[in-house]
Amino acid sequence: MKKIKTILIITLVGAALALQGTITNAQGPSHSSSKMDESIRPFHVHISDAAIMDLRKRIMATRWPDKETVVDQSQGVQLEKLKELVTYWGSRYDWRKGEAKLNSLPQFITTIDGLDIHFIHVKSKHPKAMPLIITHGWPGSVFEQIKLIGPLTDPTKYGGNPEDAFDVVIPSIPGFGFSAKPTEAGWGLERIGRAWDVLMKRLGYKNYVAQGGDWGAGVVEAMARIAPSGLLGIHTNLPAAVTNDVGAVLGGAPMPPEFSEKERAAVNDLRNFLHNGGLSYLVMMGARPQAVSYGLTDSPSGLAGWMLVHGGFDKWSFGKDPKQSPTIDDVLDNFTLYWLTNTAGSSSRIYWENRNMSLISAVDQKTNQINIPVAITVFPDEVFRAQERWARKAFKNLIYFNEVDRGGHFAMWEYPQLFAAELRAAFKTLR
Amino acid sequence: MKKTENILASSVDTDALVSPDTIIDAQSGSLVDLKSSEPIRPFKVKFDDAELIDLRQRILATRWPKRETVNDATQGVQLTTIQKLAKYWANDYDWRKVEAKLNSYPNFVTKIDGLDIHFIHVRSKHANALPIIITHGWPGSVIEQLKIVEPLTDPTAHGGIIEEAFHVVIPSLPGFGFSEQPSEGGWEPNRIARAWITLMKRLGYNRYVAQGGDWGDAVTELMGVMAPSELQAIHTNLPATVPDEILGALWTHQPAPATLSPDEKKAWDQIDFFFKKGLAYAQQMGSRPQTLYGIEDSPIGLAAWILDHDARSYELIARTFDDKKEGLSKDDILDNITLYWLTKTAISSARLYWENKVVFFKQLGVKIPVAVSAFPDEIYQAPKSWAEKAYPKLIHYNRLEVGGHFAAWEQHRLFTKEMRAAFRSIR
Repeated sequence: MKKIKTILIITLVGAALALQGTITNAQGPSHSSSKMDESIRPFHVHISDAAIMDLRKRIMATRWPDKETVVDQSQGVQLEKLKELVTYWGSRYDWRKGEAKLNSLPQFITTIDGLDIHFIHVKSKHPKAMPLIITHGWPGSVFEQIKLIGPLTDPTKYGGNPEDAFDVVIPSIPGFGFSAKPTEAGWGLERIGRAWDVLMKRLGYKNYVAQGGDWGAGVVEAMARIAPSGLLGIHTNLPAAVTNDVGAVLGGAPMPPEFSEKERAAVNDLRNFLHNGGLSYLVMMGARPQAVSYGLTDSPSGLAGWMLVHGGFDKWSFGKDPKQSPTIDDVLDNFTLYWLTNTAGSSSRIYWENRNMSLISAVDQKTNQINIPVAITVFPDEVFRAQERWARKAFKNLIYFNEVDRGGHFAMWEYPQLFAAELRAAFKTLR
Repeated sequence: MKKTENILASSVDTDALVSPDTIIDAQSGSLVDLKSSEPIRPFKVKFDDAELIDLRQRILATRWPKRETVNDATQGVQLTTIQKLAKYWANDYDWRKVEAKLNSYPNFVTKIDGLDIHFIHVRSKHANALPIIITHGWPGSVIEQLKIVEPLTDPTAHGGIIEEAFHVVIPSLPGFGFSEQPSEGGWEPNRIARAWITLMKRLGYNRYVAQGGDWGDAVTELMGVMAPSELQAIHTNLPATVPDEILGALWTHQPAPATLSPDEKKAWDQIDFFFKKGLAYAQQMGSRPQTLYGIEDSPIGLAAWILDHDARSYELIARTFDDKKEGLSKDDILDNITLYWLTKTAISSARLYWENKVVFFKQLGVKIPVAVSAFPDEIYQAPKSWAEKAYPKLIHYNRLEVGGHFAAWEQHRLFTKEMRAAFRSIR
């Protein structure tokens, strides 16, 4: 016990020590071979200097293509922008700072369904805090959620009330970050969702809520369909609210007369995004993840170029606007995490596992099977701006719907306080 | 004169090479087309040792992903296969062999529409040979055609007769191989087709035929649509024959019409598979080619991307690295990939998909004579019924027993026979 306490004192913040009761099994070797091992082992990130040096070396040896033949980003990330970013990555960027951000938080590993799952777990000092599990997506990671932890666990410090407090659990999806990489197929959304329920129960939470955007949205909607006992509700910022009538318009059908101007704009923007190849990366990873992964695993610039094509980065200033979150270091923390954990390939398989379905389609996500409470926040720069009428059709038990005035695909990374305020409001009635 | 002769003398009859409208510029030693001020400059392939060493070092330093989570190719190129390729590429492969092979033919560069276009030009010793321009596709190059140059230009040494001889012109597409990389947009297949017409004119050919598969088909069929008076006929091994109503039904995932003949049904199934499972790379390159930084920086990234072209080609290529000696050799495959690497054309070639507005497999309306060879392992084997509808002047149609997407490369004897038969009626 002594040993573990020491580890925790160094790394855990505040009341997270209260967790010690649940981690007594962690004293033994952390690589127990037993499949029944339910221990929760403290985890600390430490990447070797050699791996960091190797990354730098590869960055500096980048072999660049010629410049795009257009003056905008319509062919993908522009050469000069990427060169500048990658040059910074190979010279001034410091992974150790990113690593320190993670290690300032209590992190653990526990084995679920045969896989080691990594997660951050921060408990609020407020005794009635609501347990919340937050799931990232691609090309994201637990780094997206770091800025959200303070406002959620310690609301009084960020303009909230003690009654708004959450205990926060932030896992890495299998194949992402420090979670283990599946070696066989079958880790679809429902399996991840079931693993999350096991995790929350293993942490001693009988009742909890779940949040997700991007693939995280798919995971929490799968959890909502399964509706394990104790899951009180979900919040999503990328809801499967493309109903059949919306889907028909995307497929080329005329706009239904009852669609308002605002709804028309939302569906037109999404249609343009799709027609302009906004999801081609998704199609490729869904079809041939292994083919994509070779270049991304072997080339840091290849990895960065591929991830920056995601619509979530469309308005990112590449660090030119120092006030913008995520900062250049935030984004590079995230890319470097993918690089150092060698998860470019394993993470892209989530697209293959869930191929031939759309995260935003109500039919594909079987939202008609969801009976538990659902809360939605719509951010204006998200690729798909869900409209309330569609959301009410898709989710019969919609307890909260709000459109905010700023933020995009990585809303919690961009506006953590706004995002925290949304989660407080969303789950208020479920406390 | 001397200088040019030296360059050319090794492999061609110099007199035959110079067309009636072409003279040799005494000062530069270049060929000059009298009708155009643009010279035709001799070209040799030569890469520094340093570049070959850098390539080898990068292959050896490859950082690998984990193995795929399945036991087949459904997630893309399998780790074991690509690792075998890497091992051979770094340890046994010798670029200098194919470089010498390329240089054993007369190579030229000439500026067309503002861009330097590279081409191999081999004239037959037979005076009445039929000039032909052959266009490769993606992920191909002029290397695909190297095995058919001699059989086509020198038929009597390769089981043919004098009357089957061709003068062969094999250009590199803009942004591919040794052709210049366009620095601005606009080089779509129509523009390339116009450039090829200019090229043949500049070479002094006023009666010729054209051949292509893949992008080469698009360029060749568009030349057919433009129908300059010199162009007598075209041959294609990936013809665009699919009727509009069939394409529409495939796009909207309708069931196969009950009226399809067995050959049509096979084609339907092949295209359906390609659209559903095989088109992702094309969509990626068509929408965001510049995002593929990884294949410009990583030789293995490039090799995997190229190998993954279509499921059947991948099978045919993968078996080579499993030491099944059929079709393409390891060297064939790596010659082509190394060409992309050394010329740094991974992304510039991908941009053709972004530029393109031609709908894959959709009939283009070619009215001049068309010859079709339908290979069984092509992305789809065009049925005769569709070819007849697509081409009112179908002068040749043959359904072959073997051969896939890279037919000229993989089944060069069959391909040569096809070319001879295809254009017999045109001579």
